[in-house]
Amino acid sequence: MTDDLVIGGHRFQSRFILGSGKFSLDMTRAVIENGGVQIATLAVRRANSSGEGNVLDHMPEGITLLPNTSGARDAEEALRIARLARELGCGDFVKIEIIRDSKYLFPDNRETIKAIELLSREDFIPMPYMMPDLTAARAMAEAGAAAIMPLGAPIGSNKGILTKDFIKIMVEEIDLPIIVDAGIGKPSQACEAMEIGCAAVMANTAIATAGDVALMARAFRTAIEAGRMAYLARPGRVLDKAEASSPLTGFLE
Amino acid sequence: MAVDKSIDAEPYHEGMEDIGTDTLDTVLSEASRIDPYSFSDSDVRRALSTDDLGPEDFGALLSPSAERYLERMAERARDERLRHFGNSVCLFTPLYISNYCTNGCVYCGFNSRNKINRAKLDLDQVEEELKAIAATGLEEVLMLTGESRTHSDVDYICDSIALASKYFTNVGIEVYPMNSDEYRRVQEAGADYVTVFQETYDPSKYAELHPYGNKRIFSYRFDAQERALMGGMRGVAFGALLGLDDFRNDALRCGLHAAEIQRRYPHAEISMSLPRLRPFIHHENDKNAVGERQLLQVSLAYRLFLPYAGQTISTRERPDFRNGIIGLSATKMSAGVSVGIGGHSGQNKGDGQFIISDPRSLEEIVDAIREQGLQPVMNDYVRT
Repeated sequence: MTDDLVIGGHRFQSRFILGSGKFSLDMTRAVIENGGVQIATLAVRRANSSGEGNVLDHMPEGITLLPNTSGARDAEEALRIARLARELGCGDFVKIEIIRDSKYLFPDNRETIKAIELLSREDFIPMPYMMPDLTAARAMAEAGAAAIMPLGAPIGSNKGILTKDFIKIMVEEIDLPIIVDAGIGKPSQACEAMEIGCAAVMANTAIATAGDVALMARAFRTAIEAGRMAYLARPGRVLDKAEASSPLTGFLE
Repeated sequence: MAVDKSIDAEPYHEGMEDIGTDTLDTVLSEASRIDPYSFSDSDVRRALSTDDLGPEDFGALLSPSAERYLERMAERARDERLRHFGNSVCLFTPLYISNYCTNGCVYCGFNSRNKINRAKLDLDQVEEELKAIAATGLEEVLMLTGESRTHSDVDYICDSIALASKYFTNVGIEVYPMNSDEYRRVQEAGADYVTVFQETYDPSKYAELHPYGNKRIFSYRFDAQERALMGGMRGVAFGALLGLDDFRNDALRCGLHAAEIQRRYPHAEISMSLPRLRPFIHHENDKNAVGERQLLQVSLAYRLFLPYAGQTISTRERPDFRNGIIGLSATKMSAGVSVGIGGHSGQNKGDGQFIISDPRSLEEIVDAIREQGLQPVMNDYVRT
């Protein structure tokens, strides 16, 4: 039985999505290989460069690019960046990031919903980065999102899934892959996200700030696979107290 | 109607816009509660163990006591920098297109009464310069003029920016403070990042150092970033010229200014610059003297208090210092710099504002960045 991740009709075996913006470009290949990564994000602003530092030059063959709209402050800007990504040959997947907050880099759900509508009309495969809010997630699904990417904690904070309860609700209620997008700092947290039923995990800072980025990529891969298996295996109920093996009411006739 | 604010040495000049903001009052009154000289070692240690630093913690990190904790500040700054900016280092170069100035800043080489070679490039010459810079591989340029509305009027600046946008993805300006409608024109011409240095945040010292010219009006300059954002700019940069006055107090106010603008305009990109006056020799007893240790302290304090803000390190600093600071707190550096007018395309028409200490070419700087395991980035923005 295969257990593929399906986004916008495309199938992937890896559930580890790599954010590529924070480590040196010459490390990209090692991280992708060690992490078994099939999807890597890239900032269009970094790909739109002719010479030094063009992230596209460092992406291995066969990787699915997930260009993001970082730098966009509203839906129209996100659409223009998406079109540019398509022109650069990055394909149809677009991670929508619309940020109007330079301190915490929180996404603007309202503009994001608008952007999904605009991008869907042009046959992009929109994957919105969002604040975990069930109502907004439903509107995003309705507008044509191919996956929902709620943040686990402020981006770059490595604090783990502070929004776990809300993400779990979205996993239960939304019929699209839910991918935790920001805040995952350790493999154990990635594993936790997978155990509650997230379809994939995205990480960037956690890898970039590790002492050995390639080894950390491998640790994430293993943790994500373990979490997925645990989810599929349906963990037993967690009980606050020991459950008596003989029923307490066994004396009844 | 002439605007006359008690903090200014003279009323607003004709045409200067008053946006009626109280940012200046907020910043100066908050700063007046904090004395960087009042903090002890334990205050510094507390600041270093706090997750989200408040103004008091920032003050503690700028204190003389904190000089003993530079190594610990550096460790934490490096982590914050990595978390917020990864290991990328943005590169740009400044382009001086005119050095005419009507101000009398007593510390500045462009001072209108200084007998220097004055020049203003015509648009063809501007384009020559732009082409020469673009050929090196840079994709971001900062357009600078002296502060003369006569020699470099808004039309001239807009025309130069329009040329710059043909060759560069990112165009910033560092010119005289403008009104919000003028910033809008500049933004529409293709520049969307505005740098204005307040020089010193002490109004009376400011009046003493700026005896005449438009720059004399402290509050008009202070509100420049806010007018720029009202005019649709994407980002704004702040700076105090450290060493003009008490640098700890100036850095404190400059950081609070940036934080307050971020709070009021949360979408704005914020960046800090750290220009300094180099100390004379035998400056040991001068508490305003900003040596490299002090400059690094300010840079680290900015990084910890404003972890989300970019930080630019000037070519006024020597190569080893710049190499060291980019991994810790600075996120952006100039490369291949020529501060004279026409210097990039060998036209050499006018004198520079200051002497640079890092004459390395772009290639050499790229190599130095790579050697530290950092990633040189030519373009960090997509203009759509």
